[in-house]
Amino acid sequence: MNYHQSRYDEPLIFEIEEGEPIKVPNYPIKDNMIPKNLKRKGLDIPTLSEESVVRHYTRLSQMNYGIDTGFYPLGSCTMKYNRKVMEEIAGWREVTNVHPYQDDAAVQGSLEIMYRLQRMLCEIGGVDAVTLQPAAGAQGEFTGLLITRAYHELNGEKRNEVILPDSSHGTNPASAVMAGYDVVEIPSKAGCVDLEALSSAVSKDTAVLMLTNPNLLGLFEKDVVRISKLLHDHGALLYYDGANLNAIMGITTPGKMDFDIVHFNLHKTFGTPHGGGGPGGGPLGVKKHLEKFLPIPSVEYNGSKYHLDYDRSHSIGKIKGFYGNFNVLVKAYVYIKLMGSDGLKEVTERAVLNANYLKARLEKHFDIPFKNHRKHEFVVDGSKLKERGLRTLDLAKRLLDYGFHAPTIYFPHLVEEAMMIEPTETESKETLDDFVDAMIKILNEDVELVKNAPYNTSVRRVSEVEAARNLILSMRMYEK
Amino acid sequence: MMCPDNPKIKEMLRTIGVSSVNELFSDIPREVRIERLNLPDGKCELDVKKEIEAILKKNKTTDDIVSFLGAGIYDHFIPSAVFSIIGRSEFYTSYTPYQAEASQGMLQALFEYQSLMAELTGMDAINSSMYDGATALGEAALMCARLSHKSEFIFPRTIHWEKKSVLDNYSKGCGLKLKEVGYNAENGKIDLKHLKELVNEDTAGVYIENPNFFGVLEDEIDKVKEIIGNVLFVVGVNPISLGIVKAPGDYGADIVVGDAQPLGNPMNFGGPLLGIFGCRKKWIRSMPGRVIGLTKDANGKRAFCMTLQTREQHIRRSKATSNICSNESLCAVATAVYLSLIGRDGLKKLAAINISKARELAQRIDGIDGFKAPLFNAHHFNEFVVSSSLDMDVVDEHLREHGIQGGIRLNEHFEELKNTALYCTTETHVAKAHDALIKALEELV
Ligand SMILES: Cc1ncc(COP(=O)(O)O)c(C=O)c1O
Repeated sequence: MNYHQSRYDEPLIFEIEEGEPIKVPNYPIKDNMIPKNLKRKGLDIPTLSEESVVRHYTRLSQMNYGIDTGFYPLGSCTMKYNRKVMEEIAGWREVTNVHPYQDDAAVQGSLEIMYRLQRMLCEIGGVDAVTLQPAAGAQGEFTGLLITRAYHELNGEKRNEVILPDSSHGTNPASAVMAGYDVVEIPSKAGCVDLEALSSAVSKDTAVLMLTNPNLLGLFEKDVVRISKLLHDHGALLYYDGANLNAIMGITTPGKMDFDIVHFNLHKTFGTPHGGGGPGGGPLGVKKHLEKFLPIPSVEYNGSKYHLDYDRSHSIGKIKGFYGNFNVLVKAYVYIKLMGSDGLKEVTERAVLNANYLKARLEKHFDIPFKNHRKHEFVVDGSKLKERGLRTLDLAKRLLDYGFHAPTIYFPHLVEEAMMIEPTETESKETLDDFVDAMIKILNEDVELVKNAPYNTSVRRVSEVEAARNLILSMRMYEK
Repeated sequence: MMCPDNPKIKEMLRTIGVSSVNELFSDIPREVRIERLNLPDGKCELDVKKEIEAILKKNKTTDDIVSFLGAGIYDHFIPSAVFSIIGRSEFYTSYTPYQAEASQGMLQALFEYQSLMAELTGMDAINSSMYDGATALGEAALMCARLSHKSEFIFPRTIHWEKKSVLDNYSKGCGLKLKEVGYNAENGKIDLKHLKELVNEDTAGVYIENPNFFGVLEDEIDKVKEIIGNVLFVVGVNPISLGIVKAPGDYGADIVVGDAQPLGNPMNFGGPLLGIFGCRKKWIRSMPGRVIGLTKDANGKRAFCMTLQTREQHIRRSKATSNICSNESLCAVATAVYLSLIGRDGLKKLAAINISKARELAQRIDGIDGFKAPLFNAHHFNEFVVSSSLDMDVVDEHLREHGIQGGIRLNEHFEELKNTALYCTTETHVAKAHDALIKALEELV
């Protein structure tokens, strides 16, 4: 254990001594008249020299853990290593310095990338058409649900229920409600969809079933064919939450499993970095019968030129401004090109191998419910820790001291004291072994030591209770 | 296929207790299996780079053409230090700071973003980002419905048609009815009389954009506030203008939305953008999205963490205030760095330049026979509407031949604005760019 994160008593940007700022472009101001009643009074933002700003944020970056720092097994988030060439290309001026409303003829490069990416995602998703517009997975879900609604309405049907398993990600029910649906949550059986519960939940009110496969426990829903048949027999649609696509590439596709709608999380499966929370990308794919509902515009190719096509008869319109997070789309395109058909399958195989290896090694020391093989991730039940007066939270914090990011904790809710571990394919056996060693070691450490962890991070355990009790969300609220 | 003879892989398989990787996939039914993905095989970095370079070369950048496009995405100067900071991989390869102790850097940077935007907008709290300005507006409408339990949301005709479509999609689910308030044909400002007619006991919220889509500064904002009274007041901003324009918090806004792309984020052919979302203290608990709070660590040292998470989807599921999970954090860091670098006086100056240049360009265009600019008799920021007695298709084609990209055409979405376009200029347009446009337009007469 020789991890030590940088530790600075770094002031807030408002507390740094002011200096000579960089110059803004000079231009003779002839007339900057604005109406009297719109004149601004004060503007309390700091004025600093470039070097003090750069030092400040450089220090902050050193107090931040990223994939480039080390292992980041955050379940459901697919924190794989991000290739640097993707960053370089996405920084080219042909990507950054182009306005979305330039004439089609002046953006043939951007459109070609988008068109090709649409085609690639169609293949990977087993779908017929893709929109690149959604900014993230959750927005893909929202878009898919609006399409579901438009589809049923066009059929003259009013279906107001979305069914999802209790293990589903929080965005699924939240998106369903935003799209105006009632949520019907069904219990799981042995970690998978309980067919009986599903059968009794499905009715003529069911608009769609949202599912991820493998699910959030890392288990493949073996009954997927029966599930899709059941839903389709009732006139309902199937939505595939693509957050776990890393587990099936080259083996199967959502389309092949008979899903009608699927979103892709570019920042997970397709190796684009997570940016401290975003930006990501959440393209959405659909089967032929839903294509006409996709947002506008689509990118089309007429054999010689690419163009933006706004002519989609039943489009739901726009779900965000412009065409999506283009910069992220470029990175995903680069990723798929680098990997190719063979590489993507290998990604999946290695991700699944790594997860099962980690599970096999941890199984001897921790409760890991459900005995079958996993796909890309698995969930540890941490309730036994309680016998020693510990919680999953403590273990997670102690892992930070060993230089590992903690797994996703307390999710999914159906496993007590859950620890959701997703190693991804980009980690070596040595890293996985080191992680297991640390987990085991912590189990045998002094309880008080673990309870008070972490020690080696830039701050000690942070009080979320204090943050909520005394809400300070800005300098204004700090000073008041 | 992974090499099965690799000794490490063999050992891993042995530990798992299977003889091949395939066995790990044995639970996937045959009927859903595919042969292979029909994509070319992977290529080396060099080849991929060359291929993409060849494709992207077909783009024209702001280095190749003079562009007067704005309409929600703006070409502003970005200091190199911004890219240097957000290019630090400790930032860009991290994710949502669930483990606060290991993520203080991102948390503090986002707290600073929240603080800087709070100061600019006059709000108490700003979340750590929405996808973009359009979705931020959609979320604001939903928040008004949540807070007021009322059924109608009023928005101005003078917003981008894309935003209107997004607003429409966000409002559908909860059955919020949208009502459009018109604008004054002479000055492009909100039609106060019409607004008065629309506001009633069912009004959940009123949205005003300042400057509006036509670049017009809404200076009768006090009258708007008077009309709407206690109804929730949502204001959309262009954050650069706030260098000299009054903070919405100082004229009665309850919620502020907008897009902070102009503050340190490139145009990127439309994304990522950075949705601003802020509100007054009393509404904080109904806010969508992530927020970072200031707190202490176990030693009493100042620290930061995500807070009010019980509003969010990962805890609250179907009762969450929004479905947003991944957001645009890195763009928010870029904006914090940008504002720190530009500083108080820099931002004031930039705002002044953008007002002054828009006016100057409009006056020069107006001086050409057959053109009127600005079409609306008002103060403008950044952009303004040009109308012409000439066929705008001909104008655009002529400009194109001179390497100039004219403003975005409006007639398709505003049928009352025939032969018009929205022209934008910023500090990045050198004097020569204006001259080139004027010269080209003069040739048409
Ligand atoms: C299973 C699952 N579904 C949906 C999402 C939402 O995706 P995003 O964060 O891109 O909006 C996530 C993200 O964490 C996820 O893990």
